[in-house]
Amino acid sequence: MSADPPPRFISPHAEGEFYWTSGADGVLRLQRCGDCRRYIHPPGPVCPYCHSRALSPEPVAGTGTIATFTINRKEWIPGFEPPYVFALVEIDEDPTIRLGTNIVGCEVDDVEIGMRVEVEFEANGEWHVPLFHPLPVERSEE
Amino acid sequence: MGEPSAYRGAAITGVGFTEFSKASGRSVLSLAAEACRAAILDAGLEGADIDGVVTYQYLNDSVPAQAVAAVLGLGDLRHILDSGLAGQAPCYLAAHAATMISTGVARNIVIYRALNGRSGQRVGSARAPGDAADLRHDAGLIAYPQTIALWARRYMIETGATEADLAAVAIAQREWAARNDRAFRRSPLSIDEHHASPMVADPLRAVDCTTEVDGACAIVLTSDERAADAPHPAVGIRSAAYVLGRGGGLDMADSSSWPDLSRNHTSLLADRLWADAGLGPDEMDFAQIYDCFSSVVLFGLEGLGFADRGEAGEFVRAGHTAPGGRIPVNTNGGLLNEGYLHGMNTLAEAVLQLQGRGGDRQVPDAETGVVTSGALQDGSALVLVRR
Ligand SMILES: [Zn+2]
Repeated sequence: MSADPPPRFISPHAEGEFYWTSGADGVLRLQRCGDCRRYIHPPGPVCPYCHSRALSPEPVAGTGTIATFTINRKEWIPGFEPPYVFALVEIDEDPTIRLGTNIVGCEVDDVEIGMRVEVEFEANGEWHVPLFHPLPVERSEE
Repeated sequence: MGEPSAYRGAAITGVGFTEFSKASGRSVLSLAAEACRAAILDAGLEGADIDGVVTYQYLNDSVPAQAVAAVLGLGDLRHILDSGLAGQAPCYLAAHAATMISTGVARNIVIYRALNGRSGQRVGSARAPGDAADLRHDAGLIAYPQTIALWARRYMIETGATEADLAAVAIAQREWAARNDRAFRRSPLSIDEHHASPMVADPLRAVDCTTEVDGACAIVLTSDERAADAPHPAVGIRSAAYVLGRGGGLDMADSSSWPDLSRNHTSLLADRLWADAGLGPDEMDFAQIYDCFSSVVLFGLEGLGFADRGEAGEFVRAGHTAPGGRIPVNTNGGLLNEGYLHGMNTLAEAVLQLQGRGGDRQVPDAETGVVTSGALQDGSALVLVRR
């Protein structure tokens, strides 16, 4: 990626705007149902599990696992310089929730399915864009 | 879809195409009208016979059915439908139209797909409702190959499939395309040429991706009684299925809630499709499997039961899907080579084969075939039979 943040084309609907502003305090938030307590992503107008409308953003740990990814070798968007990784990250609180994001902080060829990652935020105009970098590999023995 | 008796009183009798080009220089309305007119004539009908017009589009990339009815001078319509489904639509809409005819709502229905898909609005650049599109645009995912690449990579990791398996699909379908005048890509493809093709969204290379085109394609359905008088053999719908896997309805990249990125809609609907048909994959003379990308054919072969889990690549490499193979697949060269008419041409090719009009690529004695529409967790399929 270049030094300047790439163009991100964020024009959210009311229910989803928090996703790009939450990082102002360094915390990732996802929409959660106040009744059945499931997380919902993409954010919606009604809980798809229990049809409650008591939905609000709640903090999550910001850690997860790469479910799949693609390395973009072509310039799809002017200013969004290839190569870059688009990944689906399963969050630890609920692996059925997958966030579409970029993997940063490593070489694109080092990204793998199953890699453990952690959120960071890119300041980009009025937004704080959730991106993910690899977590150090945990070792069970010395 | 419902009970087979609901749609078995009708048949497909005609197909129509425009030229497929990189820049038509024409309005989408003009393309749609031309393909519909060709299909109506092919079915041995006149404009005045048509009382139903059906189409599908993706986020306003086409023209409404009523507009096409107007320019063709169709005046006494009884059935009209503009579907927002994209490539998932053609099999579903054919069964739907057959139901409308079988139940007496309409007599003769034309279904078309028309777009300037190359020179005009391209798939993936449009925004779906809700936040799903923003949630991929912000991270640089704006085009369809990128979405399919996510699924292809997960499939490859889970099954051990390799780039050679993707190449085998592209190579086999190029063999078919060489026999099809309408195909955009017709020159033979070697595995070295495949591997030298530019990587666009890893693991997909340019030759793993469909050829976007400007053009239109249409089919005509009529009642069984009228079908007996049609110039070409009638093609009946033996069974039909549609399915929406969870999470597929917001946006093409809305994979958030779909648990298994290594299986698509074909895995979900196959049991219903075969049970209603009373037939199985071994009894098919060909398969036309929606193939906006090479990887989707592997999903379809496994989902429909032509190959076991993780073995579709080996199946294709063994030549089973190529000309002369056990189960010819995508005999027009597929969307990969003929052009991306969002599966309307995939269905039309099945009709041509069952009518014995496949020309140099005709599958000998083709009497039954399976067709799919769609690449992800939502889609539809038909088992078709020559009457
Ligand atoms: Zn709920």
